[in-house]
This record gives sequence, C-alpha cells and structure tokens, in this order.
Amino acid sequence: MARLVEIRGLRFRYPDGTQALDGVDFALDAGESVALFGANGSGKTTFAMHLNGLLEGEGEVQVCGLPATGGNLETIRTKVGMVFQDADSQLFMPTVLEDVAFGLLNRGINPVEAAARARTALAAVGMDQAVDRAPYHLSAGEKKRVALAGILVMEPDILVLDEPTTFLDPPAQRVLADLLRGLPQAEIVVTHNTLFAQTVCDRAVFFERGKIAARGSVEEIVAHFDWNFASQATNFGR
Amino acid sequence: MLRRMLEARARPQGPLDRRDARSKLAALLVFLVVISTARYAFPATAAVMAILLAAACLWAKVPLAEALRRAAVVLPFTAFFAIVCWASGDAERAIALALKSYLSCLAVWLVVATTPMPALLRGFESFGAPRFLLMVAQFIYRYLFVIAEEARAMALAASARGSSARADFRILRFRAAGGALAVLFARSYQRADEIHRAMLARGFRGRMRSLDAPRFQLADAAFAAAASLIAVGARLAAERLV
Repeated sequence: MARLVEIRGLRFRYPDGTQALDGVDFALDAGESVALFGANGSGKTTFAMHLNGLLEGEGEVQVCGLPATGGNLETIRTKVGMVFQDADSQLFMPTVLEDVAFGLLNRGINPVEAAARARTALAAVGMDQAVDRAPYHLSAGEKKRVALAGILVMEPDILVLDEPTTFLDPPAQRVLADLLRGLPQAEIVVTHNTLFAQTVCDRAVFFERGKIAARGSVEEIVAHFDWNFASQATNFGR
Repeated sequence: MLRRMLEARARPQGPLDRRDARSKLAALLVFLVVISTARYAFPATAAVMAILLAAACLWAKVPLAEALRRAAVVLPFTAFFAIVCWASGDAERAIALALKSYLSCLAVWLVVATTPMPALLRGFESFGAPRFLLMVAQFIYRYLFVIAEEARAMALAASARGSSARADFRILRFRAAGGALAVLFARSYQRADEIHRAMLARGFRGRMRSLDAPRFQLADAAFAAAASLIAVGARLAAERLV
C-alpha cells in the first residue's frame, strides 16, 4: 500500500508557550482509516492542522511524498481535505452551492464545471435541495454535511475530519458513517465518539500531552484507556 | 440586519440585479460626476435627480423607504462642512453640499443593494482598483458578519443569564459592557482566524472567485449608456428650466 502520510518527531509550541505536540511519529497508508482519540487539549486538532500545512512545527511531515513546507503547500492542500470541527467557520460564501464550489474555483476549474461537480457532491451528502440556500440558515447537521461536500468535491487523497459527529443526531451520524465507509480516500478522524470510530475506522491512536501514548485497534484503545461513555456512566452509580 | 443583506444577495430580485457590475459602476461614476459638478440651479437639479433615483429604486425593486433612510447615514459626516458654509454666509452652498452627498450616497446604495459584494469587487478590479485594497474590503465585509454573529451569540448567552440590553447601557454597568466588547473582539479574532484557516485549506490564494462568470452583454452596455444619458440629460433639462 502506498504511504500517504509520514510524520517523524513532530513538535509544536503555540505562541503562548503551550507545548501542543511533543515528538509525534505517525504514518498513514492509502485506504486506511484512523481514529485519533485523546482528552481535550491533548494535541489532536493541532496535529491534524499540520497535515495540510495550516500549522508548521519542528520535525518531518511528508504528505504524498512531499514535505509539508513552503512551495509544496498548494499541492498538499489539494491532496488533504480537512473538515473543521465548527462547520460555521468553514462556510463563508453567500449560498451553499458557491461554498461547495469554492475550493474548485481556487484550483482554476471553470465555473460551469465547478457548479456541476458541487451539485454532485451535495447530492452525495443528501443536500442537493439546498443549493440556493444561505449556509447560515441550515441546521447544525446540514451545515456539517455541506462542509463535508465542500471537501469531497475536491476529491482529496486524504480526508481529515475534526469531530465530524458534533451536532449530528444519531440518524445523521449513521448516514455520515455509511458515507465515509463508502469513500475510497484514506481518513483521519479526530473524535470522542467511540461508537462512530468503531464503525468507520480500522485502527486508532491515543494522544496524551502532545504525544501518541498508544496505537492499536479501536476496540483495544477504547478498552485500554476506558474511553467510552458507558463505563463512565457506570461510575456515576447508575 | 447583516444576515438580511446577505440573504438578499443570495437571490437577485429586480432587473438591476441582472446587470453586470461594471455597467452599474460606469453609470454610477457618470451620475456622481454629474451631480458633483452641478453648480447652477442646484435645488432644481437635485429634485430631478432625486426623482430619478427614486424611480430607479422602484424599478430595481429596492425598498425605497429603506434606501432613503440608509442614504442619510452620510449626513452627519457632511453636516460639519455644511454648518461651516452656513455660518460663513453661504447657505446655498451648505444646502448643495448636504444634497449632493445625500444623493450620491443614495446612488451608491442602489448599486450596492443590487450587486453581490464579490461581483462588485470584481467590477472595481476591472476598473483598475488595487487588488490589495479590494482584498482588504472583501475581508472587512466577511468579518463584519463574524462580529455580528459573535455579538448575537454573546447577547443570547447574556440574556439566558438574566442580562438585558438596557441594563448593559446603564452607567453602573458600563465597565461590564466594556469587558463584553473586549471579549467580543477576542472571540471574533479567534473565529476570523478559524475562517482564514478554512479558506487556506481549500486553496484560497487571496482572490475570491465566483460561480457567476461575469459576461458583459449588449444589454449591460445599453444600460450603462442609457443611465448615463438620462443623468446628463436630466441635469441639462433642470438647468434650462430654471
């Protein structure tokens, strides 16, 4: 299998001095789907933002064989599609169709083709009836789906999804899981939702204080770190 | 209010919405030159121009009352100079100054209300406006919505905890309101940063592109020519009448 992501010794410190990543090694092969678990502030989102060069730390980050620096970032951003945790930050155009087509237009694809591809992507996530609506009039779940369409339309090799199930009701989570399982892309899913991760991901890594503390199957990681709601709920005395 | 404006842009409503931004900007430029250079019989010229603009608003399906109200936003800025003119004994110039600025603002509002911001900026670009300046305008426009959204969210959160807008304006609560303003800007800055990252992640390279490929058609040229001729003709007619 082709290696898509190769990261060695990644460190990153925010300007306020917080050491968010402290020597992360990670690899992702084509077709793989990996869940990133860990407590809030453990470095998962910071790590994800290094994958398309939104943040640049110390260490080696290679995406599709290209170092994630300077002149390569433009190419890398066509290969890594990132769905942000807060869909409101991702939707900024006046209409849903324009928003989904935004990435294609930036790539220089002509408006007619961009619009057609955007409509197809919206149909894939079940939002084709919303093309002319303003994104901020959508429900939270619909916004998530439109944000996903905006990434899928660019046909990236790697999908990075930061908390994709936030704001989604259980049926919408099921639809999203089915959709992700049917995609050919490699996926990195930052999530606290263990059930969703078990449905979508082949393996998991666990972040702790900016480092990867463990790797394994989703079930192994969940069991090892007692990382699911059911066991916590038991502790509430129910 | 900002939401309403953006929503209006999502669905063009009148015949002026369908015209290319460049034709509207060309006509606007001519109108501004016509009105700013008018010297003789200005009250009559202003009256004719006002009637023209009101008719244009009705034709373009831009709410007239709202347009008249919004155009008044310029008056406080020109009031100072008008008062100075008035005080120096030149009442005619004072009135002309206020009328010219008001009518110019009304014309600008008519164009802005019927043109989506990206198309408007593209129009300015094709007229040779500096790209950097347009990019700044573009981001200011986008982040106005960010600030409005954050303010709305904070107001909701405050209301949920028993605050009221009236209470926040009392002198005793002034410090708290100041704190809230600082938090609003900090939150807006953070949100703006997130949006910028999301834009970069989708290949943004400093220029907003649009699905509507601008095509300058014969109808656009005809509109620009007709609107310009009407403006010039109206001024000449008004000056001859008096």
